[in-house]
Amino acid sequence: MKVNSDWNKELGVTFTIQDPCQIVRKGFGDAVADDLRFVIESVVGKENVIEMTPNKSNNYCCGGGGGFLQSGHTEERRQYGKIKFNQIMATGADYCITGCHNCHAQVHDIGHHFGGAFSTVHIWTLICLSLGILGPNERAYLGDDLKEVNVFHPETAL
Amino acid sequence: MPESSITIKGKKNSSFIDTVKEIIPEGGNLNLCLTCGACVSGCPATGLADMDPRKFLRMCAMGLDEEVTTTPWVWMCTMCQRCVYVCPMKIDIPQLVYNARATWPRDKRPSGIRNSCDMALRNDSNSAMGTAPDDFIFVVQDVLEEYRESQPEFKDMVAPIDKQGAHFFLNQNSREPVTEPDELVPLWKILHLAGVDWTYGSKGWAAENYCLFLADNDSWEHVTRVSANQANQLGNKVFLNTE
Repeated sequence: MKVNSDWNKELGVTFTIQDPCQIVRKGFGDAVADDLRFVIESVVGKENVIEMTPNKSNNYCCGGGGGFLQSGHTEERRQYGKIKFNQIMATGADYCITGCHNCHAQVHDIGHHFGGAFSTVHIWTLICLSLGILGPNERAYLGDDLKEVNVFHPETAL
Repeated sequence: MPESSITIKGKKNSSFIDTVKEIIPEGGNLNLCLTCGACVSGCPATGLADMDPRKFLRMCAMGLDEEVTTTPWVWMCTMCQRCVYVCPMKIDIPQLVYNARATWPRDKRPSGIRNSCDMALRNDSNSAMGTAPDDFIFVVQDVLEEYRESQPEFKDMVAPIDKQGAHFFLNQNSREPVTEPDELVPLWKILHLAGVDWTYGSKGWAAENYCLFLADNDSWEHVTRVSANQANQLGNKVFLNTE
């Protein structure tokens, strides 16, 4: 088993990375952020990764953590997330990769709320896509540009 | 002196910041603020509820306990620690926020967070959605069976529950088994192809811990211990937290 980014050579779909506060700044620091990039660059191609500013340990929280998603302060949560939305939009990337569920839910929500065209995706989806083992029903968070790419067992589509 | 100045009369009677200083490592450096504002400028919660991290810290230092223990801002700060990261004095403002949350009467804390914590206390799953162990086991086995059949290259794929002696104990956000079970599968595939020896637990399988966000220390500890005890009983070597 070896991942590669051949599937994206022609397509040139671009990705940015939301560093999860918990594992990076509050956990293992820039070293684990670099590990995350090693995986992502292997999977989508280094030339297709567009970094946010700032990033890694200095990254801004998206606003999904600490219980904010469940706190009932929806308007404030989106105002908080507007900074992250602007940072993602500044990259122009087609996708934002999120490393945890809180980030995924929040980035997905602010993208939708503020009218961004980017999709929000888990890393496991992209690893399986690059390996050619991502089935048609495992693509809930892929955009239309990747729904039909490299589909494993397309006949099982529901 | 301008009339708007805050006058402190006699010995300050603050107890909140002093209490926090006593319970966190190095006292959180809470006395070392230079008022530079690096925390404020890089905090996405700045301006929400007319508050920001420096203002919150200064109000704590001035003993305005009533104000700092009632502002809803503590539920808008995610405790992401970027303020600590950029602070020249490494002041632990998030710990002040956490402990300010803990001063709220439990029934006045945000109901969404409280209900998610209470759900986790209902059974041994730890799930904020209240999902019982049997329901989790059913979903995992059902989805696994379906994918083994429909994608025969993965006919030997496993998703063990309570596998004694497995190297990794893997927990799982409730969202996948409860609302989007197909999203469980990509991670299983990766683990399978990489030959990883892993297991879920029938107890403590859920990864989220809203009791932490609720600042309910006893419940937080309970939820964490349910997971840790299960991993210990199974003899797992590494606890993989997916949250």
